[in-house]
Amino acid sequence: MTVRRSTGFLVFLLGCVLVMGGLFVVHPLIGGEEYARGLERRRQLVRDLGLTDLCLFTEARYTRHLSQADLHSAFQDHPMALEHFPSGSLVLPPPHLLEGGP
Amino acid sequence: MIRLASITKTFNAGQPNEFQALKGIDLEVALDAVSVFAGPSGSGKTTLLSLLGCMSRPTSGRIWLEGREITSLPERFAVRIRRETFGFIFQNYNLVKGITVLENTMLPAYPTGVSHRSVRDRALSLLEGLGIASKAGQHVENLSGGEQQRVAIARALINDPAIIIADEPTAHLDSSLARRLLEIFGGFRREGKTILIACHDPLIIESPVVDRVVFMRDGRIVPHDH
Amino acid sequence: MKWIERQRAFMDYTLSSLWRRKLRNLALLMVYTLVIFLLSSVIFFTDALRKEAAAVLEAGPEMIVQRTVGGRHSLIPVAYAERIERIRGASSVRPRLWGYYYHQASRTNYTILVPETFSGPDDTVQTGGGVLRTWGALWDGRMYFRTHDGNSLFLLPTSAMSDGADLVTADLILMSEPTFRKISGVPEGHATDLVVRVRNERERPTVAEKIVRELPDTRPILREEIARTYAAIFDWRAGYVVVLLGSAVLAFFIFAWDKATGLSAEEKTEIGILKGIGWDTSDVLMMKFWEGAVVSVSAFALGAITGYVHVYFASASLFEHALKGWSILYPKFTLRPQVSAYQLAVLFFLTVVPYTLLTVVPTWKVAVTDPDAVMRR
Repeated sequence: MTVRRSTGFLVFLLGCVLVMGGLFVVHPLIGGEEYARGLERRRQLVRDLGLTDLCLFTEARYTRHLSQADLHSAFQDHPMALEHFPSGSLVLPPPHLLEGGP
Repeated sequence: MIRLASITKTFNAGQPNEFQALKGIDLEVALDAVSVFAGPSGSGKTTLLSLLGCMSRPTSGRIWLEGREITSLPERFAVRIRRETFGFIFQNYNLVKGITVLENTMLPAYPTGVSHRSVRDRALSLLEGLGIASKAGQHVENLSGGEQQRVAIARALINDPAIIIADEPTAHLDSSLARRLLEIFGGFRREGKTILIACHDPLIIESPVVDRVVFMRDGRIVPHDH
Repeated sequence: MKWIERQRAFMDYTLSSLWRRKLRNLALLMVYTLVIFLLSSVIFFTDALRKEAAAVLEAGPEMIVQRTVGGRHSLIPVAYAERIERIRGASSVRPRLWGYYYHQASRTNYTILVPETFSGPDDTVQTGGGVLRTWGALWDGRMYFRTHDGNSLFLLPTSAMSDGADLVTADLILMSEPTFRKISGVPEGHATDLVVRVRNERERPTVAEKIVRELPDTRPILREEIARTYAAIFDWRAGYVVVLLGSAVLAFFIFAWDKATGLSAEEKTEIGILKGIGWDTSDVLMMKFWEGAVVSVSAFALGAITGYVHVYFASASLFEHALKGWSILYPKFTLRPQVSAYQLAVLFFLTVVPYTLLTVVPTWKVAVTDPDAVMRR
């Protein structure tokens, strides 16, 4: 007679819970110190260089420095120009420009 | 003792296809006996069996099982009585395809909360007693008709019911298998179980195992079939 | 004990029942897992990125003052700095020089920047992690730049910026002020913008207002606004990722709905048999509940695990494409692994609960049929 099906499933589920516990709870604890050092390095650089933005999208000026862009910088070349960089559809304009806006 | 008083059963009441399956049955059925309800198809014997087995309620009339009125019980209690008191062997066996013989046998015990191990052991010994223990791991659709019926019998017995209800049990069996089935029923009879059978197979009606034959026609009990 | 035994028995049955159509059900499980994988990846990734941005940019400048001309960000005269310094509350003002440099050979935009103190000689630059990776050929170890007036300039990359800071510095090229002015053409006496320090945090909006009043052609940007920009970006409800995901989720639920509502004749027969042999309506529903729960909890666990591995072990490599867009340069970064109970709860209630309901509800109608129906077949 093989293993009872519910036993098999519960063992599978227990395995999943253990893996999830290992990943979601234990793994973030490992290397926490190293991460903190890395973060401090990054913050120091940001402080020294006076950086304002993440270097995530380098394709256009208004995506490279999101927080420094104008509300309509995507359309700078012409007000009717279609904004055509993929990241433009991924991110929003700076919210402080949208507040009280049109 | 099961007592029935002026039982009627109407299907599709109020509709054009209204059909009165039972028209006033008064009957006492002894326990510890093999009773056969005989009659042509449409005589109401299957309907009567389903009423006796707490599967459905009569349109009017009452049924007492060992002095306890079972016709007005709420579903929850009716189901429990059915599960604990009755074992059913259906005409088409009604096994669940795609799962094993053993699992089919154990199915009626699942809602009872009895431990898996004891249910399994009991199922295996029942299958053993019926000579099909070697098929326990097979899927039911790979079995012959006679084997399927024995699985159905094992399933009917899994909760150790006092009363076994069989609907046309020989409909799909040849004579030798039918005789073998009667032997099995005879064994149950000796164990003190009550057996209620609906059929019109002379082989069963005339068998010495049977204690009593109730003849039915057009929803009524008649003195004799002939 | 009895309750557990009952539930386990229903689970046994439901697993056997699922196993009968194993190909179909495994395919369903895989699609479902994929949906949860994508959903959890987006949630984990955007949340980690947001937190990282908040932590890093906290150290950024308190206030930036830009000048606008013709509705565009324009160069600011350094003389503005003195006028701002006279405003009460503004403790120091520093002109910032930065801009973009488009390198023809690699077709890449880089950010060129003059740090407050640049230690090297004028013909050297410091580069961020992604610069030399994408720049292309060097001339005798030097980088070729074309200045704004068409001349050539060869600069020696000395040190690269510290490792692991790619997320903020990948495309940076640091240089001395004279070199910057040569390449960018920003004339003496002008800067890109001004960094204003305001000690008292609560005074910043007031100082910003005073600056605008004093210099009507300027636009101050506060650090809080920068932080909010990054809190809003990658909001996982925004953007086309969610549109794509939304349609995937929708398609999956249509599929699931179809499967769940169209109870096959076989399934109906089966429920009839179960009722006939003594199962209660609630027993049938409980069994169906387990069917939904087994599938969706498995998919949830597998999807969340693979999503986590994708984001924190494989650096969300599937999203790289979407984020990269048309840019050549993409930073290498690892995010701080973290999963909150809230994220998991959102994921759970978006997936497991509706699927389980979808499985149980349509069974209701079939489960309440009279048990004797099975006798009359």
